[in-house]
Amino acid sequence: MSNAIALSVNGLSFSYASKKALDAVSFDIMPGECTLLLGPNGAGKSTLFSLITRLYDSREGSITLCGFDVKQQTCKALAQLGIVFQQTTLDLDLTVMQNLLYHTALHGIGSKLAKQRIQQELERLNLYERRFEKARNLNGGHKRRVEIARALLHKPSLLLLDEPTVGLDVPSRQAIVDYVHQLAVDENLAVLWASHLIDEIYPDDHLLVLDKGQIKAKGTVETVLQQTATTSVKDAFYQLTQGASA
Amino acid sequence: MTIVHYWRAMWGIIGRELWRFVTQRERFISALVRPLVWLFVFAAGFRAALGLAIIPPYETYILYEVYITPGLCGMIQLFNGMQSSLSMVYDREMGSMRILMVCPLPRWFLLFSKLLAGTGVSILQVYVFLAIARAYDVDIPWLGYLWALPVLVLSGLMLGALGLLLSSFIKQLENFAGVMNFVIFPMFFMSTALYPLWKLKESSVLLHNLAAYNPFSQAVELIRFALYGQFNQSALIYTLVAFLVFMAVAIVGYNPSKGMMVRKGGL
Repeated sequence: MSNAIALSVNGLSFSYASKKALDAVSFDIMPGECTLLLGPNGAGKSTLFSLITRLYDSREGSITLCGFDVKQQTCKALAQLGIVFQQTTLDLDLTVMQNLLYHTALHGIGSKLAKQRIQQELERLNLYERRFEKARNLNGGHKRRVEIARALLHKPSLLLLDEPTVGLDVPSRQAIVDYVHQLAVDENLAVLWASHLIDEIYPDDHLLVLDKGQIKAKGTVETVLQQTATTSVKDAFYQLTQGASA
Repeated sequence: MTIVHYWRAMWGIIGRELWRFVTQRERFISALVRPLVWLFVFAAGFRAALGLAIIPPYETYILYEVYITPGLCGMIQLFNGMQSSLSMVYDREMGSMRILMVCPLPRWFLLFSKLLAGTGVSILQVYVFLAIARAYDVDIPWLGYLWALPVLVLSGLMLGALGLLLSSFIKQLENFAGVMNFVIFPMFFMSTALYPLWKLKESSVLLHNLAAYNPFSQAVELIRFALYGQFNQSALIYTLVAFLVFMAVAIVGYNPSKGMMVRKGGL
């Protein structure tokens, strides 16, 4: 196992009682790579995220984050991870600043450094002026941006995003898509992005198509198009998932 | 993970909980109103109906208000423990629990910190209540307030751990109403908070036994004795053991490989 790999998933299987949610899933994500995880509802995307973040425990297979086994070296592995969940996880009664300071405290970052990083991340997202506002007063797009800023405060190697643009208007969505893609390049950050939306995919992205708990295709957009003999990701996705909606 | 990391995270969790409590004025007031209604209304009404013999730690005849004050301190902590677990179920439904659970620290430590934060809030409420009770002539020796502090930490942790344990088994917020009926009320009424054990024995031996083994009773007695500068060893051991058991089961409940998380569909 090379430490250069940001996320390595090997032979991962998981079942809810008798229902198999993931079946021998394997893939790697390298630093600087933006990987879009596509799959219809019930494909196993959320289960995969819960296993990577160790909200669930994997019984079969392994997950390694920057060389740290999630099961054996949980804390070291989780320290490499920045996460944006599908639901808003900000404390709406606290200000933006308080939410972010809470996160830095959980990651053991001292107050001075925390404030520097918060300023840096919020300024990049044009939200620094709003740091003393309650999270409740932010619109959906701004809440998402704050969550992305929060996920980056402890300088993770892998950013996990679980359908972060659901419910956002087109400009907010586009701003987040562009920002995260830029982050992958600028920060050499590995990104795993679960999405329903084909238009969030850039030509240089990598794809993982998951259906019924199995990986149906993986590789660059070009590779997947070649593999399916199609000309668009949408067609490739439909072919791989036999017409299921994303 | 260094000790400094643990320290910062613990204070982050406690600070957040305290801040939320002091800024939620309604929560603060309702947490105080409940025991005060019991003290001002219930105790006043029952003063004449209930005759109390001299029992330790009291050295003289006491008014009923004086008798139930430690029980009401316990009640504050019981409700607070359950409220903390309610907020954990809420946090889980809202997703903010995930932020805590995915931070790079052992889960037992995160749960313990959360518990400590809830206990801190409950102690704050207890002392405000005791101050008001003093103004209402419930005189407690000044040193008693000091002796009660470590005891309130333990009883708060024990009742909070019970709440934590329950929260690990409750999937939805709606199910929490059952906790009120099946945990809080039986625990409170089948205890020494409102009436001494010998009084219970007069009416039912079974009730007496249930109350005697109720961990809440033990916590109340621990508080009662400490407030009068006395040490109740058996209550201390009982409360400590109950805390350790509740905490251990709660940690298992929140363990991704062993607990209820997988069966329930996660956090």
